[in-house]
Amino acid sequence: MAVGTEGTAHAPEPDSFSFDAASEATIARILAKYPAGKQASAVLPLLDLVQRQMARVTGSGWVPRVAMDAVAHRLDMAPIRVYEVATFYLMFNTAPVGKYNLQVCTTTPCWLRGSDAVAHACRRATGITDWKETSADGMFTMTEVECLGACVNAPILQVNDDFYEDMDAESTERLLAALKRGEHPEPGSVKGRQTSAPEGGPTTLTSLSFEKAE
Amino acid sequence: MLSDKDRIFTNLYGLHDPYLMGARARGDWDGTAAIMARGPDALVDEMKASGLRGRGGAGFPTGLKWSFMPKQEGPRPHYLVVNADESEPGTCKDRDIIRHDPHKLIEGCLLASFAMRAHVCYIYIRGEFYNEAVVLQRAIDEATNAGLIGRNACGSGWDFSLHLHRGAGAYICGEETALLESLEGKKGMPRLKPPFPAAVGLYGCPTTVNNVESIAVVPAILGRGAAWFSALGRPRNSGTKLFCISGHVNKPCNVEEELGIPLRVLIDTYAGGVRGGWDNLLAVIPGGSSVPVIPKSVCDTVLMDFDGLRDVKSGLGTAAVIVMDKSTDIIRAIARLSQFYKHESCGQCTPCREGTGWMMRVMNRMVQGRAEPEEIDTLEQVTRQVEGHTICALGDAAAWPIQGLIRHFRPVIEERIAQYKSGRAATPARMAAE
Repeated sequence: MAVGTEGTAHAPEPDSFSFDAASEATIARILAKYPAGKQASAVLPLLDLVQRQMARVTGSGWVPRVAMDAVAHRLDMAPIRVYEVATFYLMFNTAPVGKYNLQVCTTTPCWLRGSDAVAHACRRATGITDWKETSADGMFTMTEVECLGACVNAPILQVNDDFYEDMDAESTERLLAALKRGEHPEPGSVKGRQTSAPEGGPTTLTSLSFEKAE
Repeated sequence: MLSDKDRIFTNLYGLHDPYLMGARARGDWDGTAAIMARGPDALVDEMKASGLRGRGGAGFPTGLKWSFMPKQEGPRPHYLVVNADESEPGTCKDRDIIRHDPHKLIEGCLLASFAMRAHVCYIYIRGEFYNEAVVLQRAIDEATNAGLIGRNACGSGWDFSLHLHRGAGAYICGEETALLESLEGKKGMPRLKPPFPAAVGLYGCPTTVNNVESIAVVPAILGRGAAWFSALGRPRNSGTKLFCISGHVNKPCNVEEELGIPLRVLIDTYAGGVRGGWDNLLAVIPGGSSVPVIPKSVCDTVLMDFDGLRDVKSGLGTAAVIVMDKSTDIIRAIARLSQFYKHESCGQCTPCREGTGWMMRVMNRMVQGRAEPEEIDTLEQVTRQVEGHTICALGDAAAWPIQGLIRHFRPVIEERIAQYKSGRAATPARMAAE
């Protein structure tokens, strides 16, 4: 089975892929990080760049096979080495996704705080019935993800790059409604908590003052 | 209790400016060149004397690890690689360091690299931490422009470059050799050791991999002295530690405290107590998902450090405290972790690749009670066959939560099986949420 057809009957694999000017500028900066001859180190950053360019240009952030070939060519790697990397790492979508990728963390710390309700609210608001599906309007894809590393603000719903924290069914519905209206609500705690501090405000670090900045 | 003046992460909650001006006001980049003037070996000795044990989960002494690097620069360059692939369920401390105190990390990278004679350092940050990576990159650029890193870093005469590398969603890349494979552009599959990274690491060169928190506390230790750090905590468990308290507490939070603090004091003082009171506590996973669960009777008195938790057959791990009250279906809570490890197994070693899937399927039946009582022993046996029989510790990490469950909650599993058998099939697994 060709890479890129996973789970979709009509994945429109493009005929070709090339990096646009914005991506090219970033590639030069990426390659400068690694020693001469070790440019394969740039394979994750370049695949990420592909996905971001696809999102910017087509509205769907994914990595078609022809783009993997372009990355292989650019980094002087065998194409199979790029394919195996692209399919090993969860963040690379090998099939088209919606404009917003709803990444619901359901690992134990989020589950204990009610991630089932968040997932259910996502399904209700989007009409999606199962993981990895995309809504009929192409707006949303739902992905079950493992621990996102923000567990004291559980449950977490990651939308594209942004973490929405301390979620419940109601706040999930509000968030999705805002996204449908084209808004981009501020990421972070939807309860208005100060990042990872306890609700109600910090109880440590309260005796320090850093007023006299240089 | 730890007082604020002994806290290292003074911007833990992001109330202040994370960037250079704010960082300097909090004491970062103060006397860095003078510390470096003591010489690499003196810095390694100071780190050894501090008693710092690695904050990424294994608890290996950091200074000792540094001393494994070659004492002379040879033809192969030395590398420091910082593990910011924070993905252990329950753990969210490195995220706060990166987004709120990035200069502590960057200064630590310089000092640690200098101590190990490395001119280049990579920070491997998990891909999902996109916004955190943006903050860290801006702080790296600031430090470069200010001459703190780059050529002649801080005027020390040492050239040092620091690069940020984003991962792409694979828990296994938090294992140090898988991380190196990933950084080289391959699938994140752990390498057999030996050779250890200090001999053959990144690009085949001498490399040390350290956790974010281990590196970010280095400037404080070298600046304030090993004696200050080792006076905190307990013998062989010295210093302060970031704790992440999640799950069924009234006020989940991160907090920096001394190692050795009683678990109950930690939860009651900082996290607003267990939901419904201490007596409503069922169990705690005290160090991230990979360590065995401990029941309330142990939680009553256990001390939160490496030795205290080892003594009760669990571990400090990353100090991620996952609290579960009596409404929790404990079998389902552990079964979900089995699903996690099945998902994250890289598939390289047969016992882990096959074992994690097998354990998950059996655990899912145990949630329903659709099993024979003898299968509990079979399950326990299989965890023993996975444990210790794989290249990396993921096999162990998949086995231990189940072993902890069987050790402490066997009657719950047996009751679930009996219920299922008697036709009063267990009620559909409850939701843990309120």
